[in-house]
Amino acid sequence: MNYHTQKLLKLNLVTWRMVTVGGLLLAGLTTIGIRAMYLQGLKDTYLQGKGDAVANRYLTLPAHRGMVSDRHGQPLAISTPVEALWARPAELKLSAQQHRQLAALIEMPPEALAKRLRSRTRGEFAVRRPVTPEQAAKITAMGVPGLVLRREFRRYYPAGDVAAHVVGFTNVDDVGQEGVERAYQSWLAGEAGERRILRDRKGNTIRDIAPIKTAQMGGNLALSLDLKIQYLAHRELAAAIKTHKAKGGSIVVLDAKTGEILALANLPNFNPNNRRNYQPGPMRNRAVIDTFEPGSTIKPFVAAAVLERGLFAPESVIETPETWRVGNKLVRDVHPHPRMTVTEIIQKSSNVGSVKMAMSLTPMQHWEVLHRAGFGQLPGSGFPGETAGRLRDGASWKPVEHATMAYGYGMSVSLLQVARAYMAFANDGEVMPLSFLKREPQEVIGERVFSPTVARQVRTMMEAVTAEGGTGMRTRVAGYRVAGKTGTAHKLIDGRYASDRYLSSFIGMAPASDPRLIIGVVIDEPGGAVYYGGSVAGPVFSQVMAASLRHLGLPPDMPPEDSTRLTQPSAVPPHRNVWGPANDRPV
Amino acid sequence: MSRLNIALAALLILSALAVVQAQHRARSYFVELERLKKEARVLDEEWGQLRLEQSTWANPARVDTLARTQLSLIAPPQERIRVETGATAP
Repeated sequence: MNYHTQKLLKLNLVTWRMVTVGGLLLAGLTTIGIRAMYLQGLKDTYLQGKGDAVANRYLTLPAHRGMVSDRHGQPLAISTPVEALWARPAELKLSAQQHRQLAALIEMPPEALAKRLRSRTRGEFAVRRPVTPEQAAKITAMGVPGLVLRREFRRYYPAGDVAAHVVGFTNVDDVGQEGVERAYQSWLAGEAGERRILRDRKGNTIRDIAPIKTAQMGGNLALSLDLKIQYLAHRELAAAIKTHKAKGGSIVVLDAKTGEILALANLPNFNPNNRRNYQPGPMRNRAVIDTFEPGSTIKPFVAAAVLERGLFAPESVIETPETWRVGNKLVRDVHPHPRMTVTEIIQKSSNVGSVKMAMSLTPMQHWEVLHRAGFGQLPGSGFPGETAGRLRDGASWKPVEHATMAYGYGMSVSLLQVARAYMAFANDGEVMPLSFLKREPQEVIGERVFSPTVARQVRTMMEAVTAEGGTGMRTRVAGYRVAGKTGTAHKLIDGRYASDRYLSSFIGMAPASDPRLIIGVVIDEPGGAVYYGGSVAGPVFSQVMAASLRHLGLPPDMPPEDSTRLTQPSAVPPHRNVWGPANDRPV
Repeated sequence: MSRLNIALAALLILSALAVVQAQHRARSYFVELERLKKEARVLDEEWGQLRLEQSTWANPARVDTLARTQLSLIAPPQERIRVETGATAP
């Protein structure tokens, strides 16, 4: 109170000023208080979100799909990141000149580009996917607002149409649609991960705010295919189909020791790198999905059935008239011989002889052998949509059916199934489980179908097929012994057998002393004058077998006296100098 | 007593500075780690692309065509092949 009493310090305060100033200060304070309450209390979630949007980021960790490779690691399907051009129409500002420049850059007619850009007015959409890295760099250099480059994964199939049916393909969302891509979808597909991070003003990552959910990369897959054999098989099949003006065809190459599928090709086929021409027909893996009546290629199983019951021996002689009646069905031989041994029946593919052998069995016994060999059952390759074929229960067979079954009519099989069944002859009676995946030999346990003796006896008979007088003389491979069986089946069209449409096939194995490879070839409707399995499918077999045996480095097993011309170095003719003038090249 | 307080205050300041320093180093290492991770990813992608390129060049169809047309290679005729029997190379 001392101050008030001192005159000098006494203030002449005007009341209204005091009130005004005090009021203003109070008002300011209240405003700030209310504002603070508003921001902190009422709008805090919104603001927190805004703040987090600047500093906090969710990053998606991309996971790419695993690679599919052949057995030697050559890629067959591989995912690689590509740039895609996207547009945000709301922000897009493109001058007429830039428009022309962009159109030229992405190789699109200017009108088409304009139409594309006008197609939507909101959101984002892809303009061109993918663009090459060079194009991407130039687009970035143009700096057009509203045009963005996005990183996407695209699946490439380096082998193209050669391995298309086995590998299959994925759709735009990277989901397997066909083949191995579909069968092993869950293994191949990756799962994208996520991180939540804190960023500074410059966009550097400072730290993780939440535990990282790591991306699960898709697993890689090594197939059993051998790309070289696959390529050979595809090339020879295509050549044969062209020569014989056929509608299509399939080829399967199996490793007889492990059951691995070394090559599988079908024609017509498709290019998996180009999804535009989508047609279901050529995409079908005929060798696995389609069935046909096997025709004469079934005869070795009849022979095996009668041999294992001791009804006949390989050299037993059977009367084989030109025709033979079973019920109201007349069985006929194309090249009749009055009497043949069991070996000759297989060698010359006699229908009558085969029927007579089969009729010595009961239908159930006959059915049981075919069933044991895997006919009418899924071959178990794991390929999507594989067919079991059709083999009716033996108890319901009529005598006519029993007879036609002996030469491969009245039942249906897939090429893969027949090739698998032939493994029993190749592998001394054991059938190995099929696989599209590479595996180690010790992993597999076979299934015994025939005794080793019977399997070897039948294999020797099938070797006669490729010998002088057999139906498969054009299937020989120089230096190697080959065993196999030809088949020429009439096609069933609208419930009747067409007299002029055939399926020509050959299933064979080599080296016959200890078969390593089994090759099955089917040619659909050869259009030329030649239609016998041995002449149409046989040469394909021979070419692919010869090249594959050489590729695998298997020693020739032909006795030297039969292949003297191969071992006579003096017989070398004067040879054209394919090397040109440079003679110092190593040969 | 006051001397001890001063000493403690000095220690406190030192440790605070050390925290700042450690935090800064942690952040720089983290940035470095991020950069290296990104580089690894880029290299991984490049490797995939190189594999793709390699397989395109090594495509059997292409090798076949080049061997036949440019290098004039032919498959040896049977007469030129001599089969050595006996000991096989290991």
